[in-house]
Amino acid sequence: MSDTHPKEVDQVSGVETTGHEWDGLKELNNPLPKWWLYLFYVTIVWAVIYWVLYPSWPLISSYTTGVLGSSQRAEALAAVEEGVAGRSQFADQIVATPLADISNDQQLLQFAMANGRAAFGDNCAPCHGAGGTGFEGYPNLQDDTWIWGGTLDDIHTTLLHGIRVDNDNARFGEMPAYGRDELLSKEEISQVANYVASRTGLETDEGVDLAAGETLYVDNCAACHGDNLEGIQDVGAPSLMSANYLYGKSLDAIKAQITNPRNGVMPAWEDRLDPATIKSLTVYVHAFGGGQ
Amino acid sequence: MAQQKTGLVSLEEGGFAIFLVLLAFACLIVAGKTFDQVMAFHASVGALFAALGVFYIFKNYFDDGGQAIPQELDGKPNYNIGPIKFGAIAAMFWGIAGFTVGLVIALQLAWPALNFDLPWTNFGRLRPLHTSAVIFAFGGNVLLATSMYVVQRTCRARMPGKILPWFVILGYNAFIVIAGTGYLLGATQGKEYAEPEWYADLWLTIVWVFYLLLFLGTLWKRKEPHIYVANWFYLAFIVTIAVLHITNNLTIPVSIYSTQSVIVWAGVQDAMVQWWYGHNAVGFFLTAGFLAIMYYFIPKRAERPVYSYRLSIVHFWALIFIYIWAGPHHLHYTALPQWASTLGATFSIILWMPSWGGMINGLMTLSGAWDKLRTDPVLRMMVVSVAFYGMSTFEGPLMSLRAVNSLSHYTDWTIGHVHSGALGWVGYISFGAIYCLVPWLWNKKGLYSLKLVNWHFWLSTLGIVLYITAMWVSGIMQGLMWRAYDSLGFLQYSFVETVEAMHPFYIIRALGGALFVVGALIMAYNLWMTVRHGEAEEADALPAGSLAAAE
Repeated sequence: MSDTHPKEVDQVSGVETTGHEWDGLKELNNPLPKWWLYLFYVTIVWAVIYWVLYPSWPLISSYTTGVLGSSQRAEALAAVEEGVAGRSQFADQIVATPLADISNDQQLLQFAMANGRAAFGDNCAPCHGAGGTGFEGYPNLQDDTWIWGGTLDDIHTTLLHGIRVDNDNARFGEMPAYGRDELLSKEEISQVANYVASRTGLETDEGVDLAAGETLYVDNCAACHGDNLEGIQDVGAPSLMSANYLYGKSLDAIKAQITNPRNGVMPAWEDRLDPATIKSLTVYVHAFGGGQ
Repeated sequence: MAQQKTGLVSLEEGGFAIFLVLLAFACLIVAGKTFDQVMAFHASVGALFAALGVFYIFKNYFDDGGQAIPQELDGKPNYNIGPIKFGAIAAMFWGIAGFTVGLVIALQLAWPALNFDLPWTNFGRLRPLHTSAVIFAFGGNVLLATSMYVVQRTCRARMPGKILPWFVILGYNAFIVIAGTGYLLGATQGKEYAEPEWYADLWLTIVWVFYLLLFLGTLWKRKEPHIYVANWFYLAFIVTIAVLHITNNLTIPVSIYSTQSVIVWAGVQDAMVQWWYGHNAVGFFLTAGFLAIMYYFIPKRAERPVYSYRLSIVHFWALIFIYIWAGPHHLHYTALPQWASTLGATFSIILWMPSWGGMINGLMTLSGAWDKLRTDPVLRMMVVSVAFYGMSTFEGPLMSLRAVNSLSHYTDWTIGHVHSGALGWVGYISFGAIYCLVPWLWNKKGLYSLKLVNWHFWLSTLGIVLYITAMWVSGIMQGLMWRAYDSLGFLQYSFVETVEAMHPFYIIRALGGALFVVGALIMAYNLWMTVRHGEAEEADALPAGSLAAAE
């Protein structure tokens, strides 16, 4: 039908139509825009050049390797090696130097701090916070009261072997569940919690027998937390006189911890990071301000 | 008119009824025997939908006495507009739902507490809900509705079948209900943009084959000697999506009673098939399909002929042949071999001009009618859409280059790029088409309020600009922070520091998204008022889309 349509000329543009019409829609017979066509050719030529230079087309059991001999994989591996080599001079020294002596060498200390900062941000900050200030359940590393010890060696051991994890030398200590396992009655838990609260300056419940609480403390808690609530780092029992409590400093939080204690974990980093990085982290964490 | 008051149930009606009855029973058996609660829920929904389908087939049969539907009324084609109306309403509904979920997840990224610690409202489940709702539910219904409209009008023929068009549009929306509720309940096969599990995929395959038959059937019945360019694009979209969907979803169900399945592709081949699919979902769903919309609605609204027939042919075939190669650029610097990655990048560059062919044809069609942009916000929306299309299809090849990609990949830049295409191009061309379509379908003279369209246009344009600029800045900053080293060779920033730095941009992005949602709500109100209170088209006018009178 429309093959016999007369090709009309569009009044506005002066261009012929193709003579076809659908639902009132027509088409002009404009040629391809020159710039469009030439740019199209340019992109094709560019692609062909690229195919000659780089690996591009698959063959039956291999591929065209390109005249430049480019290999993305080889380049990536070389870049990794270069990075490792650039750091190895200092990294090897860090491994060889005793922890206490690292800070004596300004250059080495600078390297350890930079390495520690980078490693801390991606490995430790998610739990301990970007500045090491911790969250509820994750210790504040700037504090000077340490659960497992704040000397360089203590921190290093904790980092290497982790806490309550599957590692032969992991730090291990577990608070009994006095409430859940019915070691103490509800009233006794209230008494001992109130005693701890009274010693550390928290408000206590009215009419609670604090003397009974003290007796309960001596019988059940002092072995780990110390006669004066000062904590014993060998078993990871925190000081109860500290301003910061790991699971919240309030009477309710103390009762909750005695009833059904949370025993947090930390990974053994020797399985994940290299020795130089772990030593660097030790120095970095020690320098937060709480190091002993 | 044929007076066959007691016609028998037709082969079509009977066939669909039997199929749906069998399906309903199969669903009931699965629902009864499954150990998987999500499967039990979905099989029940399937049984319910199938039973409703059977009910309506017979209700319709008894209502019209099995009479054949006339192909023409008073010498004019008797176009089938019921399913198109449904598609237009569904598009608006899913669109607002999808945009809103997008806003919610944007807010979750800025304030993670909004995940509410519930599995159903967690970002991981809402994100695919958002992408599928906007691409497949909103975009899909726009494509179905407009393709059914355009192919009938440009072929001057009624779609074949009585049940078939309804089966396609309702079946597709049933797929969306299954897919969307599946995400919320945790059923996913974990492939981006192809998350629905095996049974939803199977159902979509059936619906899609019927869609292809419906479209081909209308072309077959056409009264025009030639096939209009919009229909080439629709056909390319339908055929290619079928191939992509099937290849990327070749899974083996763990059991017929389980929502779980295992993909047949392994390792890097699976990744390649996934991104061959993923990129061509962009190329054939979001580009070819919406170019078809552009080729009908822009010349129609501007009342101008298409700029160049030759360009439309050349860029069509170039686009179809080249797009299919570009997928590997999603997998630069991965386990994918370098040669595949090079090939993907070079074809992405070659794709630049074929993509721009559509932009040129869209924009140049306006020559002689540019003044209409001042008075017609609907046309303005569609023209801005084409401009966004041009921008994204320039940015895309750029980002496909390995050197650029090494900075942009995995950053928010990608999200910004996608949204300049999704909000600007796909969103605006869809809004423009729906603004045209609703008065035509409901026989109204025009929209209830062009002023409200203007508000929609400016609010959402501001939203898009806020969105994409925030993501550009955030993405490039993120990429630069990731690759920054200090003087001793250690990474300058930890991951969490980069997240913290992006926080203000996440808030700006959410604000942009909110403006886009508000615009869509204004649109829905405007369309509602058009349908309910719009001035009726005069009786002697054509049934729909009466621009012919202007000639």
